[in-house]
Amino acid sequence: MTESAAVLIRIPTPLRTYTAGADMVAVSGDNVADALTALGRQHPGILERVLDERGELRPFVNVYLGSANIRSLEGLGTPLEMDDILAIIPAVAGTIPR
Amino acid sequence: MTDEQLLRYSRHILLDALGIEGQEKLLSAHALVVGAGGLGSPAALYLAAAGVGRLTLADGDTVDFTNLQRQILHTVDRVGTAKAESGRTALRAINPEVTVTPLCERLSGSQLDALVGSADVVLDCTDNFATRHAINRACVRHRKPLVSGAAIRFDGQVSVYDLRRDDSPCYHCLFPEGEEAEEIRCAVMGVFAPLTGMVGAMQAAEALKLVAGIGESLIGRLLLIDALTMQWRTVRFKKDAGCSICGQKNR
Repeated sequence: MTESAAVLIRIPTPLRTYTAGADMVAVSGDNVADALTALGRQHPGILERVLDERGELRPFVNVYLGSANIRSLEGLGTPLEMDDILAIIPAVAGTIPR
Repeated sequence: MTDEQLLRYSRHILLDALGIEGQEKLLSAHALVVGAGGLGSPAALYLAAAGVGRLTLADGDTVDFTNLQRQILHTVDRVGTAKAESGRTALRAINPEVTVTPLCERLSGSQLDALVGSADVVLDCTDNFATRHAINRACVRHRKPLVSGAAIRFDGQVSVYDLRRDDSPCYHCLFPEGEEAEEIRCAVMGVFAPLTGMVGAMQAAEALKLVAGIGESLIGRLLLIDALTMQWRTVRFKKDAGCSICGQKNR
């Protein structure tokens, strides 16, 4: 049995409240879904900001593998290789709630 | 161009890529700046200083004391006045040649549509997703270039949606409208003051380039700034052929 890929996930500052300020989190996973699940295990609460209740990527959040949007790859099933870097990129509006 | 204009804009005219021809394009342009807050302040200041002939500045809010940390159009003595009016005062002080039209309301519906239709370039400097998507829809409808900026905490984003071009993605291609889109924004507050200046200044730069027809814009690229680590990155994105706003069958 092969080991899961060790990858890094880049955390945007609006979500760093869940990671104690960390901008990068190291996780293991064979694909993007695995990696995000591992992130959620390490940092409770963050996964709900990224995935909806059906486990799908929220529409206002993009996840990039390197420079490619995973929506244009295989989505959450996109396979990961050792040392890949994922970036969570949420839509940003502004600071004032209405 | 008058002698005074040749002098005022001489440092632009000296730029080979811009020159007198480019400056004249700026002087005859109409920019719509939606939002006169953290992003709209630097964006409008640079557009006015650079000589964009007509600026429409729209914002439905009044200046609050807490705005002054970053919204550099406004001053202590204008707390309580409409931001669009306060902005006009600041822009006039820098460049009285520019015609500034302040609109003291949150743009929507047919008014937004008509204003976008009359503009050469639109700058989205707003603070909410509903307006962002409304501006995008109007820009798609009228095929206008849209320069979008956003900032929260230490994260900034800038991109260009040049909807004059068939191959350009729109804002909805990148961030589809969803009912839960407010969650991340409302969950956190606060923004690093100079980050709004960086993002707004870049919006002005992209708008000026689009109007003058020079350089390479951020079409299909999202510029991401992490001001805490001062890392700048860009990610690429494509037009979504099935986009409900700009997809082929919707044009």
